[in-house]
Formats: sequence, C-alpha cells, structure tokens
Amino acid sequence: MNLHAAPDPVDELPLYVPHRKIYPQSVQGIFRKIKWWLLAFCLGVYYFLPFVRWDRGPGVPNQAVLIDFPSRRFYFFDIEIWPQEVYYITGLLILAALVLFLMNSVAGRLWCGYLCPQTVWTDLFYGIERWVEGDRRERIKKDHEPITAWRVGEIVLKHWLWLMIAWWTGGAWVLYFADAPTLIKSIATGQAPTVAYVWIGILTFTTYSLAGFMREQVCVYMCPWPRIQAALTDEWALNVTYRYDRGEPRAHVKEAKKLRAEGQPAGDCVDCGQCMAVCPTGIDIRKGAQLDCIMCGLCIDACDRVMEKVGRPTGLIAYDTDDNCQRRARGEAPVYRPLRPRTLIYVGAIVLVTAVMMWSLATRTTTSLNVLHDRNPLVVALSDGAVRNGYTVRLLNKQQSPRSFTLAVEGVPRPHIEVVGIDTPAGEAPRVAIGPDTTRELRVLVTVPADAAAGLARSSDVTFRIIDEHGASASASAHDHFVAR
Amino acid sequence: MATEHKEIDAVSGMATTGHEWDGIKELNTPLPRWWLWIFYACIVWSIGYWVVYPAWPLITTHTKGVLGYSSRAALAQDMAALAARRGEAGRALAEASLEDIRKSPDLLAFAMAQGKAAFGDNCAPCHGLGATGSKGFPNLNDDDWMWGGTLDAIHFTIAHGVRSDDPDTRVNTMPAFGKDSILTKDEIGTIADFVLSISGQTPGAGADLEKGQQLFADNCAVCHGEEGKGNPELGAPNLTDRIWLYGGDRASIVATITNARAGVMPTWKNRLDEPTIKALTVYVHALGGGK
Repeated sequence: MNLHAAPDPVDELPLYVPHRKIYPQSVQGIFRKIKWWLLAFCLGVYYFLPFVRWDRGPGVPNQAVLIDFPSRRFYFFDIEIWPQEVYYITGLLILAALVLFLMNSVAGRLWCGYLCPQTVWTDLFYGIERWVEGDRRERIKKDHEPITAWRVGEIVLKHWLWLMIAWWTGGAWVLYFADAPTLIKSIATGQAPTVAYVWIGILTFTTYSLAGFMREQVCVYMCPWPRIQAALTDEWALNVTYRYDRGEPRAHVKEAKKLRAEGQPAGDCVDCGQCMAVCPTGIDIRKGAQLDCIMCGLCIDACDRVMEKVGRPTGLIAYDTDDNCQRRARGEAPVYRPLRPRTLIYVGAIVLVTAVMMWSLATRTTTSLNVLHDRNPLVVALSDGAVRNGYTVRLLNKQQSPRSFTLAVEGVPRPHIEVVGIDTPAGEAPRVAIGPDTTRELRVLVTVPADAAAGLARSSDVTFRIIDEHGASASASAHDHFVAR
Repeated sequence: MATEHKEIDAVSGMATTGHEWDGIKELNTPLPRWWLWIFYACIVWSIGYWVVYPAWPLITTHTKGVLGYSSRAALAQDMAALAARRGEAGRALAEASLEDIRKSPDLLAFAMAQGKAAFGDNCAPCHGLGATGSKGFPNLNDDDWMWGGTLDAIHFTIAHGVRSDDPDTRVNTMPAFGKDSILTKDEIGTIADFVLSISGQTPGAGADLEKGQQLFADNCAVCHGEEGKGNPELGAPNLTDRIWLYGGDRASIVATITNARAGVMPTWKNRLDEPTIKALTVYVHALGGGK
C-alpha cells in the first residue's frame, strides 16, 4: 500500500455516532449451553445466597454470608472478619486479579464472555426480549412496522419483565447487608430503612439501563478491561479466531464446489453472515481480534452448525491463535502452549497468595492485644522517686463467649500495674473481664519503684501479656517500651 | 459543513479529523451519541441545581435557591444535633456519681473522651496538652496534689478554682517572709537549708539545721506541718517529696520563702456545665495521679 498516495476525500463524518441497535439471533451449540448453565449458576448464587442459614450459636447472625455494617463484621460461613482484618479482602482482590490474568493468558476474555455481570444480565435480558418479541428477523421487522396494540402489549410486557428482574437484582443486593427474611418482611411492610429502598432503586435502575439499553456499549465504551486485556495478552493466548487460512477465499456453497472441481482454491467460509447475526456486540469476527469482541463463543456455535449443513469440518471459527492460522497457511502444524512461563507464573502466584491467605486464616487467634505508649508525657516522676508510664491497651475477644484475663507486664523489675477503673487488691495481677465478640480499651499505668528505676536504661523493652483465666493457651502478648527518665 | 471533505487514513482506513501535527493526523474515532446526551443531561441537571441551591454571585449577595440551603445553616443544624446528642449522654454523666463513672466501663470511656477534649480546650494553655504543667503550673500526672487528689477534691478545685472570684474558691496564704520583713535574710537561708534536708537533698555548707528546724516549727509548721508533709486542706504542699512546683533548689526555696507564691486558677463552674466538669475530673484523675 502506498502510504503517500493522496487520500480519498469523503463526506464529513459525524463527531458522534448514532447508536446502532443489535438484534442477536438465537443459536444452539456447546458454547450456548455452557453460557446458559453458567448464567443459571451465577444468578442462582447471587439471588439465593442471602437465604442460606449458618448456625453460629446464640446472639450471632445465622446468615451464611452477611456484611454487617452496624456491628462492623463480615460473616462468610465459618469465617468472621473484623474491620482490622480487611487485608483478607485485599488478598481476595489480588487473587481475583491473578485469576483474571490467568484466564486471559489461557483463553482470552473468558471473564467477559461467560462470567461478567454485564454479559450475564444482558444475556438474560436478550433471552426475555427473544421470548416476548421473537427472534432476530421478527424483531427487526417489528421495529420497522407501524405500531399496533398487540405490539404495544409486547413492549410493555418486555419492559415489565426486565424491570421485575432489575428490581429483584437490587432486592437481592440489600439482602447481603441485613438478615434476609427480616429485611424482606420490613421491605414488604414499608418499614425498612430508607437506605435499603435507595439501594434497591439504584440497582434496579443500573440493571434495567445497563442490561436493557446500554448492553454492548458498556463493553465497548465504558469498561477499562478490554484496554488492559489487550496489553496483557500474548501470541499464545487462545482467542475466538476466524481461521482465515481455511476460510479464505470466501465462496458460496455452489460456487465453492465448482471452484474445487476445477482445482481452484476455495475457502470454507460460505459468507452466510451467521457469525455476525448471533454476535451480541454486532461485530464481524472475520476481521480478526478486536476490542468489541467479548469472546463469548456464540459465533463458533453458529459457524459449526453451518459447516455441518454444508458438509465441511467444523471449527472454522474456534479458540485458536493468529500465529497458528499463519502456520497452517504456510503448511506447518499448529502449536499450542498452554503451559508457558506466563501461565505458570500466574498459577504459581495464585497458589502462593491462596496459601498465604489460608495459612493466615488458619493461624489467626481469637484473642489479641494492642498496646500504645502515651505520647505526652512519656514518663511521669512520682513524689517518692518512682517512675510511671501510661499505656492505652486494647483487648480483642473474637470468641462468642465472655472471658476474663489477667494482665501482666514483663521486662522491668517489680512493676506495679494499675488499670484505671478496675480496683486490684495489692499484690495481685489486674483482672479484666471482656464481653463476647467485642473489644475493650483500658488505660494502664505501670510504675517501677525508685530504686529499681535507677538501674534501668532510658528505655526498656516490655511485654504486655494477657492470660485467659480458663486456659493459658488462648493468651496474647504485645511489645512496647518503658521509659525510665 | 457539507462542502468540507475529510480524508481517509491510508493505513487504518479510518477518517481523520483534519487535525495535523508534523505530518501526523488524528483519526476520527467518534464517541457514541448517547455520550453526548449524557453531557446535555448534565447541563440540564446543573440548571436544576442553580434553581434549587445557592449558585450565582450577584453584586452584594447571591442567588439563594428555592431550598434555602446554606452551608452555614447546615453547620448550625449539625452542631445543634450534636449538642442534643451530647446532652443525652451528658445526662448519664450528670446523674452518676464520680466513683460510679470511674467504675462503669461505658461511662468511663465517654467521660475520658469528653474530658480529653475539654482539657485540650480549657486547661491545656496552663497545664499543657499532656497535663505535664510547668513551673508554677502543677503537673497533673504525678501523685503530688496541693489541694488533694481524690475525685471530690479535684472536682472542687475545677469547679471553684484557686484565688478566683468564686466565693468558695480555694485560697492558700503564705506570708512573704522576706519582703514583709518577718524574717531576716539569714533566717530564710537557714529555713531553706532545713527544707533541703527534709526533702532528701544536701543543705548548704555549715547549715544550722537545729536552728532551721526551730524556725520552721515557729513559722511554717502551722500550715506545712511539723514534719513538712503539707496539708491539702490548706493548700500547703508537701515539702519532703521530690516534686516542686516552683523549683526545689536552694535559690528557688529562698525565693519562695522571701516573696511567697500565689498561684491562680479560674473557677470553671460558670463556664462549663456540670457533666463537662465531671468528665474533666474523671479524666484528670485517670491521668494516673488520682488518689
């Protein structure tokens, strides 16, 4: 191509393109089947998970998955996360990103094509549209015909069904934040908190507008992942690929037969346009990999059915790589490398992060202690020459029963420990009671007598220790300093 | 515009916008039209905003908006709501005794928080943010109290002050022994040496401790006690410990005896409400020195 040739003048193009409505055709095949099953599974989990009960004992929510904002707890089956353990969520996000990268390096946009909520809900809404208004041809025809009463009824029914699903979507969302049966009752009787209705409204609106109207526009214009995905992919990642080595040159069935009989080259693509008709983003996969392609595999199903009918081998559109098309065109055998450094590194990272999270989850304690030395004053000299340091001590009891601890300080000679608000008999260690599943903050004063303090360095390391009165195993300790002067 | 013609980029097959920089031409990748509609919707929204909220500056004032909203009024409302909420929790403080507050974990946490804030606002200028005081302003962390370190004594001191205009104010009256010519310079030095000796320090060379003890018994013991251990009832400090409000070296003690000291603290009962004074009391007591 001559880059310096004078370009053809064309008419002014608009700065903004009008929306082109897409009418995907129904299709049958293995990928369609996978998509239906995944859709049922994902939506089933989303809509019904809040109703799963999980017994945690009296006084504790019995909802299996619950984000309890008022009491600042996240319950996930047997796991209870406190706000200061939010790093588990960070770990999950890292894991999610790594899994996304792995999917991408193995088979392209598996997330976009099968699992993304935008894809799943759009697919469901298309299903309803098809059920109410008919398949592609009928919908195109109806959109160009004058409106009849019957047509109005169809449109109303479709939007009503969409809105019901959208409303149910918003409703299911809020159920994750409160006891589901109770909240449903209070929503039904109009006594739920305003925030519940607001969130149902917001998610009803987003589901209805994004899955009913925005659809592929979300993927093409709003979503950052296609841009990131393009930068993360490599020549070995399987993508939904039109095998131009086999398909070109395109020729209709009879024409192809004639060409083959004459010994002329003829591709398998019969140019039937089925791949474009079924595409939910309305693209032509034969133009190669492109940002708009969510790689849902529906064009594979459509093409395979056509290939079966015309008696050619299936797989003209398949999960493959562009390099393999070129290899075949050169008469070489295709090469597949699912195991390569990139995928192995991702798998290794996923295993590592999972192992770290599991280990930290398995070894976390139900008792914990935080100590903070007073900033001002660092040290207080008393009238008899004794030296006192003040600390803010926070105890955490993550068990579902009230407990009692004795508090000890090690690292300085003959410490006298006083807890503000708790009277301790002379010569005894202070005893601290703490309620179930809660924390308690204490002001603790540690005094070292004058003669003992004289021998101390300016700062000594001290260890605070709490010991469960019913078993020393469930104890905790924390380190800080004692400042002597 | 129809007469203008756009060119097609030879490599990509896309139209260009006609903009060109050093031979590089910008491709026209048009945005969807709904994007433009959202922009228009935002403009419409902003018009609604102008109508509802204060928006346009005028010469001496501004458009007020039909809601009559102002951030100043919103602040006042929030402050009033806070005062009402604090009033409720403050009632619990007002009703409970000081000892009950100290013993109840919930009330203690509330009183400590409120006390800390009130201390920073009202007391820190003299006593310091950490209540460590300085010369002439007592350290409230230690266990040495001029007017007593029990909850009740601390409460009384905060409420009525020292040498304040409150009729029940705490007052201690130490004579200016030197300035008023009650004692001679030598006698004052002798007393200072004796005071050094009872507080575990080394008196000056050749000090006559016996005479000093006699002079102390005659002039000082009436308030500070025979042994110099002080009396919180009279605001007479303990002279035998290691804590000195005005300095414990010989020169400082001589200066104190010569000129006397008269510390002041305002009465707070007219400036702060009772729950705040109670919270301050519990806070100061919990600093560590409370008896």
